[in-house]
Parts: sequence; structure tokens; C-alpha cells
Amino acid sequence: MVQTRMGDGMKIEMSEDEIREDIVRGVEDAVDRAKIDTLPQEEIDYLTDLYTRPSKFVSVEPGNEVVLTFDEGSVKLKRLVISIGRIPDLQIYERVFCSDTAELAHVDYSFKPVKPIIAEEQIEMEQALLSTILPLYYGAMPNLSLYSQPDGEFPNPAELLPKGKIDEAQKAYEGMIEHGIKDMVFVSSKMYEAGADGINFDTTGSAGEPDFLAALRATEKLKEKYPDISIEMGMSNEFVLGMHGDLEYEGTNLAGLYPHEQVKMAEKAGVDVFGPVVNINSSESIPWNIGRTVAMMKACAEEADIPVHANVGMGVGGVPIVETPPADSLCRASVALAEIGKQDGL
Amino acid sequence: MVISHALASGMGGVRTTGDLVARLQMSEGMRIEEAKEYVADKLDVDIADMSDPVIMDEVRKEYGIGRVQPAAGEPKGMEAKMNIAELLDIKINSVENFKDKTS
Repeated sequence: MVQTRMGDGMKIEMSEDEIREDIVRGVEDAVDRAKIDTLPQEEIDYLTDLYTRPSKFVSVEPGNEVVLTFDEGSVKLKRLVISIGRIPDLQIYERVFCSDTAELAHVDYSFKPVKPIIAEEQIEMEQALLSTILPLYYGAMPNLSLYSQPDGEFPNPAELLPKGKIDEAQKAYEGMIEHGIKDMVFVSSKMYEAGADGINFDTTGSAGEPDFLAALRATEKLKEKYPDISIEMGMSNEFVLGMHGDLEYEGTNLAGLYPHEQVKMAEKAGVDVFGPVVNINSSESIPWNIGRTVAMMKACAEEADIPVHANVGMGVGGVPIVETPPADSLCRASVALAEIGKQDGL
Repeated sequence: MVISHALASGMGGVRTTGDLVARLQMSEGMRIEEAKEYVADKLDVDIADMSDPVIMDEVRKEYGIGRVQPAAGEPKGMEAKMNIAELLDIKINSVENFKDKTS
């Protein structure tokens, strides 16, 4: 018997046959939901070997390393109740964690609340850029929900939809999209002018396909304004929720798209690096979740023409949904996605 | 989590060449293998050595592109980035801003 975990992080024991069966079931689930190719037998064998090794920690073979980007880095140490400013935080990411990129972010981590304090954010970015070497993103979430009542001016679609007020909800979403685009373009422009190496639209799609559409349109506008700007788009979940139900981008209905389809929309808009998500099912084992994750991530990377950096953290990318991810699961997900998932980064 | 990823699959950032490969992905849209080949060619190193901190520490010192434990007088921060832009033949936004403000 081998020790592994459930998607909620609890330790369990499984036999090698049970682990293989769960990986295969996870792959089958991905194939069925996303309509993608299955994994070949040798890759199932590789994953089975990876998840049955008794060692606490595993790594890729030398030469197969990938680039690591970290969202929201500049506020993560503060969340650990460490009394630290954002620039020392970024320097720690660069010089202690040896990250390949880092990201300046505001604690609220949405574009809308950054707007009134943009001058302070620009100065922090300018100062951070003088004392760091690694590429520095400015990141925030489109977070379209902030534009509906009580936080914003538009009627709340979550209240309208249960009442059957479909037209009113759709109109509210359309207004929220326009306001979200303005804020994303305004903040991103200012941070790019302050010297940021790139902008990260993180957790895109958290308010469904209106959120995704707003980020795509904002990307278009920014690329038109600054042809050299680099934009990373990280998603919020594997499946674009259809909250409006009738929104298209370049002739494609955005609702229901999976990672290998989302990346093509991102490319059309001008995104430079795409960050797909595959969610964790906490009621299934980690081997089941990794089979499913690798199948969807690999399909996304094969379909892409731009670099793909899978989200691999708490509750996504084959990592248990806990705030203290166990290294045994995290390193295996990291290796599986770099070696089999064909990722350009994580 | 950051440390586990770095050990399991990371390139190593300024300890090796991860920051340089990341720049090629971000600004030129290169996939991982193409970006590694580009950086290896510019640094005149083998791809297999790009994640070796012993070799790359010497290479980074030689080119003045910043390293994880720099000595006094070595390029750091913006100085190192100016050398990176020239060595990799890429535009770095903050370097361009710095030149505009100081020249």
C-alpha cells in the first residue's frame, strides 16, 4: 500500500492498482467533459510510477525545468503575518525563493480599488524595479462582481436571475463589462508607464463569461495602445461559467469553454502567457485529480501557440484544497505538469 | 508552496537563468524550449547547464547580469537589467524608462 491523499488533503492509503485505476478514471472524466484526447499508456504508466513512489519529494529530470511565475507575490508574506513591506517581499521572492518572475499587487487584488491609489502603486513599482532583476508583473483580478450593487452601480445579476429577470441581468452584465474594461485599461496603462514588465489579469472568469470577455477586450485595447506590453491571463476555473449566456468573442460563445478552447480566445486578444486552471474535486483522490488535470493541461498546451503556465496551488492543478499544501502532493503535481503536461511554466 | 515548486521543477531564477528565460516568454512569446535555446546561445552555455547554479553563478558574474549573492561593486538591480537587455537583445520596459529619464 502507498500513502497518498484525497482532494481535501486527508492522508489515505491505496494499492498501486487502485492508484492506476483512479488516474485512468480522472483522465476519462477530463476526456468526457472537455472533449479532448486521452493520455497514451506510457503517460499513465509514468503518472502511476510518480504517485506510487514512497519518497516524500520528487523532481523533474535535469534539463526539464520550467519557468515559475507567482501571482500576488508581494502580499503573500504579509498574509503569513510577517511584518514586511512589498518591496522587501519581492526581493525575497527574487533572492531567497529564486522565483523566475514576481508580481507587485495591492492587498485588495482587484483593478477597481486600485484606481484611486494608482499614483502610490506607480511609485512602488518604480522603486521595486530599481532594486530587482527578475521580470516584474503588476497583477490584479478583473473581479466584475465589484461593479454590481451593493459595491457598484449596476443591479445585481445574482438577485435578478433567480427572479427570472434575464434581460435585466444581461443588461447589468453588459454595463459591468464596459466599466471593468475601463478600469483594467486605466490601471494597466499607468503601471506599464511606470515600467512594469507585464500585466497579469489574474483569476479571470471568476464572474463568468462577462468577466472573461472584459479581460479579452481590455487586452485588445492595451495591445493597441502599447504594442510591446506583455499580458498574462490567469484563469479562475476550468470551465467558463455562462452567467450571461449570450456573449461571444470573435464568433465563439464564451460560456462553457475549457482550457484548450480558452487559450485560443486569449491568443486572438493578444495575450502573451496563458494560465489555465483545472479545479480539484475534494471527494476524489489526488491520483484521480492529477489524471484529470494533466489531460486537460496537456490538451491546452498542445493547442496553444503562446507559453502556457498552469495554475498549480491550493485547490487547483492537482494540489489539495488546503491552505497548507503538503509538499508530497505539490511536488508530484509540479513534476507531472512539467514532464507530461507539456507546460512552459507553472 | 513556492519553495516546493522551485525545488521540484523550477529553473532557479537569478540563481541560474530562470529570469532570463521568463523574459523571452513574456516579451517574445517563445515557448519553453525555444526560449531556453535563445538564452543558451546568447550566454554561450549548454542548455543542460542552464539550471546549474555553480556554472551559472560564474556566467552571470562574467556578464554582469546580477547574481544571487553579488559582491560589492557588481551590477545589481537596474544596472544588471541594463546588461541583460543588451546581452539578450531585448527591450526591457523599466530600462527604457530609466534611459529616458537619465540621458
